[in-house]
Amino acid sequence: MVCRDHAIRYGRREFAPLKGGHGKPPRRYRGATGPVSRYSIFSLARNALDYHRGWQKVWRSPDPKPEYDVVIVGAGGHGLATAYYLAKEHGITNVAVVEKGWLGGGNTGRNTTIVRANYLQDASTGVYGHALKLWETLSQELNYNVMFSPRGLLHMAHTEHDLKEIARRHVANRLLGIDLEFLNPRQVKTFCPIVNISPNARYPVLGASLQRNAGVARHDAVAWGYARGADARGVDIVQNCEVTGFRIEGGRMQGVDTSRGTIKAKKVAVVTAGHSSVLAAMAGLRLPIESHPLQALVSEPLKPIMNTVLMSNTVHVYVSQSDKGELVIGASADLFYSYAQRGSIMVIEEQMESLVDMFPIFSRLRMMRKWGGIVDICPDASPIIAKMPIEGLYFNCGWGTGGFKAIPGSGHVFAHTIANDAPHPLNAAFTLERFSSGNLIDENLAAAVAH
Amino acid sequence: MLLIPCPYCGARDEHEFRFGGEAHIARPENPDKLSDEEWADYLFHKTNPKGVHFERWVHEAGCGRWFNLARHTVSHEIYASYKVGARKPEVPE
Ligand SMILES: Cc1cc2nc3c(=O)[nH]c(=O)nc-3n(C[C@H](O)[C@H](O)[C@H](O)COP(=O)(O)OP(=O)(O)OC[C@H]3O[C@@H](n4cnc5c(N)ncnc54)[C@H](O)[C@@H]3O)c2cc1C
Ligand SMILES: [Zn+2]
Repeated sequence: MVCRDHAIRYGRREFAPLKGGHGKPPRRYRGATGPVSRYSIFSLARNALDYHRGWQKVWRSPDPKPEYDVVIVGAGGHGLATAYYLAKEHGITNVAVVEKGWLGGGNTGRNTTIVRANYLQDASTGVYGHALKLWETLSQELNYNVMFSPRGLLHMAHTEHDLKEIARRHVANRLLGIDLEFLNPRQVKTFCPIVNISPNARYPVLGASLQRNAGVARHDAVAWGYARGADARGVDIVQNCEVTGFRIEGGRMQGVDTSRGTIKAKKVAVVTAGHSSVLAAMAGLRLPIESHPLQALVSEPLKPIMNTVLMSNTVHVYVSQSDKGELVIGASADLFYSYAQRGSIMVIEEQMESLVDMFPIFSRLRMMRKWGGIVDICPDASPIIAKMPIEGLYFNCGWGTGGFKAIPGSGHVFAHTIANDAPHPLNAAFTLERFSSGNLIDENLAAAVAH
Repeated sequence: MLLIPCPYCGARDEHEFRFGGEAHIARPENPDKLSDEEWADYLFHKTNPKGVHFERWVHEAGCGRWFNLARHTVSHEIYASYKVGARKPEVPE
């Protein structure tokens, strides 16, 4: 379903291309079990001859060293991508990523993998658009199949207000070079035949916005691919290592206390999603962030039936079909604050009502599993990717319900921010100070369905 | 799923309520004297603790009144339900 004509264009904006070729790990580095080998059809064949006994570990599990140039807290997609680009783009390889649980076990491994760039504000289009551009070649870049599948994304309109909101966003996005198309109900039906467009529906479909180069990817693979690439360049990924405090002297970062001892570092980058307020409190800071449960669920596997990603703010549900055949379904965050990775069943019930309203064909489908993550929501539904008031401390958080899609772009600009101790032009607006200056980046409309 | 004790109606299903965020945030006494940073703290910054949280709820589909809960954000256990204006109750750490 890839339509190259609709590939993202940046119009007049110019972004520096990424340095280096296609992410080939440097030769000199030898992993714990030998040199890092590239995955290819040949390595597959070679290993098949050996009954697949020769595959190496994908990353090492080193003990933490006493000191690093940079410590990254949190081995989710954003933390690992940051480590990867620090090593690859800036040559900073004396880096540890410390993770209290297992790599990719946070929101990165729990999300519904929607990748899109149709936000409203210029600053958002910059960073999400940058990410989408990187997604298109990420598998080659990492030599790891992240299964990015730009199968198109339909954003439904059910009311006059929805139509106006879509029209406004189309114009805003077009000006920034992101192509969206408007489909009428008939065209929606042609694009995705199982949608109910009956005028007798509770909320009839009045049209939809289509972003053709949006889609889904494999969530774990993104974490694993960046972890492998960072490890191959010498980054230590230390799992089961919880940060319990910061060492700050004279307003400068000196290191972190962890469950595996103190680790010194002059630069500490915190990328802990739902736990950001907890880490901020350890440094004596307060953030404009609320931690909410966000749930998702999957159905029993089906033959291919859903060829696109569909989301609706008004009816409030979104759905896509995974390569295993399961429908992946989600909607809004629970309203209360929680650190439990667990929400209330009423939220699931509501989104299933919405699903059946849009797709009567799914009414007898059985659901297999549900789960939750802890999402870090800012009042303007935009992230904070910035230096903190303490020297050497950086935070990348507030991605809330929709940060998976941003991982490549966010890691790239955050690595730049840490390496240069100054923001990249694309994240310059995403400061903590915007809440005092009033320069909020309001994405509450475009980000309204949690995804 | 929470079973929420409304101080006016007793225990009811979460469905009947709406969450209203952090409680005990006092309006600034001298708004004219506040710096931008103090305004930001009042308007936007949250305690958002991992532990006991003092929070506002409204019994929307019941008596319609606002009240406060002391609730744990990991176990979701509710330690106290009390009326607006009452002091913060004592709760286990
Ligand atoms: C159900 C659900 C559906 C979603 N759907 C989408 C979607 O469709 N599209 C989209 O773009 N986004 C989606 N999101 C949002 C997306 O998952 C997140 O924004 C993104 O994954 C955040 O990545 P991260 O690396 O910042 O955080 P995480 O992946 O959560 O990583 C943070 C890590 O920090 C670790 N950590 C926390 N505290 C400490 C400590 N003290 N010491 C050491 N480590 C610590 C955690 O264990 C965790 O592994 C969804 C989220 C959820 C929960
Ligand atoms: Zn009541």
